[in-house]
Amino acid sequence: MSQVTHRELFPGVWLRTAHTNKFKSSYLSVTLLTPLDKKTAGANALIPSVLRRGSAVHPDMESLSAALDELYGGAIEPAVRKKGETQCVGFVASFLDDSYALKGESVLEPAADLLGELLLKPYTQDGHFCPDYTAGEKANLIDRIRAQINDKRTYATQRLAQEMCKYEAFGVDKLGDEAGVAAITPESLWEQYQKLLREARVEVYFCGSADPDRVAGALKRALDRLPVNENRVEPVCDVRVTVGPEPIVTEEVMDVSQGKLALGFRAGGQSCWEEDYPAFTLCNAIFGGTTLSKLFMNVREKLSLCYYASSVTEPRKGIVMVSSGIEFDKYQTARDEILAQLEAIRRGEIESWELEGSRRALIGAYRATLDDQGRQEEFWLGQSVAGLEDGPEELARQLEDVTLEQVARSARRFQLDTIYFLKGKEA
Amino acid sequence: MEKLEFAKVGEAMYHEKLENGLNVFVFPKPEFQKGYAFFATNYGGMDMRFRLDGEWHDTPAGVAHYLEHKMFDTQEGNALQDLAANGASPNAFTSNDITGYYFDSTEKFEENLRVLLSFVSVPWFTQESVDKERGIIGQEIGMIEDDPHWKCYMNLMKALFRHHPIRVSVAGSVESIARITPETLYACHKAFYDPANMVLCVAGPVDPEHICGIAREILPKQAGPIAAKDYGEQESAQAAQSCIEERMEVSAPIFHLGWKGDPKTDGEDRLRQELVGGLALEVLLGNSSPLYARLYREGLINQEFGYSYESSFGCAFLAADGESRDPEAVRTAVAEEAARIGREGVDPALWERVKKGVYGNRVRGLNSFENLCVGQAQAFFAGYDFLRFAEVFASITKEEAEELIVNWVTEERTALSVVLAREEGT
Repeated sequence: MSQVTHRELFPGVWLRTAHTNKFKSSYLSVTLLTPLDKKTAGANALIPSVLRRGSAVHPDMESLSAALDELYGGAIEPAVRKKGETQCVGFVASFLDDSYALKGESVLEPAADLLGELLLKPYTQDGHFCPDYTAGEKANLIDRIRAQINDKRTYATQRLAQEMCKYEAFGVDKLGDEAGVAAITPESLWEQYQKLLREARVEVYFCGSADPDRVAGALKRALDRLPVNENRVEPVCDVRVTVGPEPIVTEEVMDVSQGKLALGFRAGGQSCWEEDYPAFTLCNAIFGGTTLSKLFMNVREKLSLCYYASSVTEPRKGIVMVSSGIEFDKYQTARDEILAQLEAIRRGEIESWELEGSRRALIGAYRATLDDQGRQEEFWLGQSVAGLEDGPEELARQLEDVTLEQVARSARRFQLDTIYFLKGKEA
Repeated sequence: MEKLEFAKVGEAMYHEKLENGLNVFVFPKPEFQKGYAFFATNYGGMDMRFRLDGEWHDTPAGVAHYLEHKMFDTQEGNALQDLAANGASPNAFTSNDITGYYFDSTEKFEENLRVLLSFVSVPWFTQESVDKERGIIGQEIGMIEDDPHWKCYMNLMKALFRHHPIRVSVAGSVESIARITPETLYACHKAFYDPANMVLCVAGPVDPEHICGIAREILPKQAGPIAAKDYGEQESAQAAQSCIEERMEVSAPIFHLGWKGDPKTDGEDRLRQELVGGLALEVLLGNSSPLYARLYREGLINQEFGYSYESSFGCAFLAADGESRDPEAVRTAVAEEAARIGREGVDPALWERVKKGVYGNRVRGLNSFENLCVGQAQAFFAGYDFLRFAEVFASITKEEAEELIVNWVTEERTALSVVLAREEGT
């Protein structure tokens, strides 16, 4: 069983450790939490990629790769994530656990040092980021923003969030937008980097066989160049409870052979901070969260209306997003059927196998989180952003008591806010 | 049961061949919550032509995959639903070589295992259900055909190979699946889903003897005949065509580069070639190689760049893919670097580092039950044990990697597949 601790290394800089022997690797991440904002999103997303290009000690990719190979092929990847209305930027790293090093050498300390070096000792020219790395990574980030269009399934969900939350921070993409990124200079990026190091709340995560005190010691040393600030910014998220009188409908045309239909709901104030959160998650699981769900079983399997249909919640933002792939002429039928399934839940028309199966699936997923270092890290980052301390086992336990009536009540609070439809060019 | 220890990587594997010919492999993991089971047949998308009971069968492209979809149907209903209702996450996949069914669950593992073994071994197809599936698979084919990376990869297969069935999409086409009937599915199930042609791999907090007991209880008692496969004559070493292009809705050109190799037929030779091929790619164009750093610096590749050694029965190749404004320049640069390696050899310090790095990555990969179980199933069908890699790896020399680069990365063995953005106004 893993033992989880959460402690403050420096003011506003927190370390969470999960102590366990069951993995071959140690997992380490450093994440800066900052409010999602159209003006800074692009620069924040760019920072870890530019930092990853080289440090003062390892000034290029070759020397960095060599350093990582020496650590048994360790991986340090730039990570840009969105949790509610918080942009989470930093690095996630995975290294061979000390137990499997061929000569019994320790990997944790040099790995933590390398991570700290990447974050805090960048390769600079004339007192700011090197223009070459900045330009190269800017181009890559712009490519990534444009490439989002290649994956139509993700693209449709992104466009839905954008349309639905046009006037909220949640509508901003985690990578920012092309125009914002294009305007970045090595000087402006350096300024934003300094601001981020000074103001962002920092979450450090470790999972592996090393003793938590040893981990704290290694990371304190690795991060001791972080500026001291007693007032690092705490994450917040605006949960809107109500929707407009009519759903917003947006259609887009592209050269695709399959249409994508996405529906966005406000959950009427239900979020991870509310007491009824377990009912909300179970309600979503029954609606479209698993292969047992009403959307999967009925809209996909029984009626063959689409290739896929599923729903996800954003627990901090209190919204539910349905995503489906359909033939163009099935728009109305699929939309009506998705809403009809929600109506059924509202009326409490839930078979006991649906209720119990979804409950077991969610509980299983929470438990399985403990078996995967990446998922565990992702889970705890979400909890840290929300300021919550319940672990996967507690959340699993809370699901045991949710009743059918609570699920129906949760569904009755869903309100359709926005519809997004991606269709093909007319023949 | 036979217990094999792989001390270097901290793993133990239990093995037994049951009376009906089924090979069972178990990796006990008492400290984990989740159990994972993988039940696979040595039958994949490329096994279209085969002989059973003295008779040759030519089946349409996409049968193995169609069968995978339909196996979840049972006389009582749907196994997917039964497993999900037990808190399991079931799924399946069809590759060129194999079809595998799997689930993981933190509760009711043994009950779920019974369901898995039962639905995969007992076919239940009706005309109505087979016809209905055609729409769903047709949609799936439509979806992958919209995926530029998939298109680009399939085009590379067509460019590298002249007739090997790896050129054909595992899912088939809307036209080929139109010819699939319940009879086709029953015939292919009979030909390939016999326990003697299958493996069961399990990892998790389980007792190995128990797993064998469940397999004995659910599956047929005796081994049946297994079909003989035919992939046509051996491919020549040259790529069928040097370049292939297509236009789709993409933001930047996507490319897949391939270098055709000489496949090994069986056993640890295949494992060794896979490891040598992987190391050859690392020193030639991998993340730590001088060429990678240069291509990245010059903006010819970005983070989307990836590479792998791939093989199926009767074919082996090296592949690299990514986005590039000038894929032709990437091809030329790799050719020049291969020639340089041929002249000067690989830098010994780079070789040692890369070997350490690849080893650590492989070991870290053992965290994944899926990797362990799918890896062992594929390895077993190819004639070796997955976890043997730690031992074999240590004995690989720099010269072997150099030799593979010199022999494979040549002009006539190279093919480049590119997907370009559509031109304005088309």
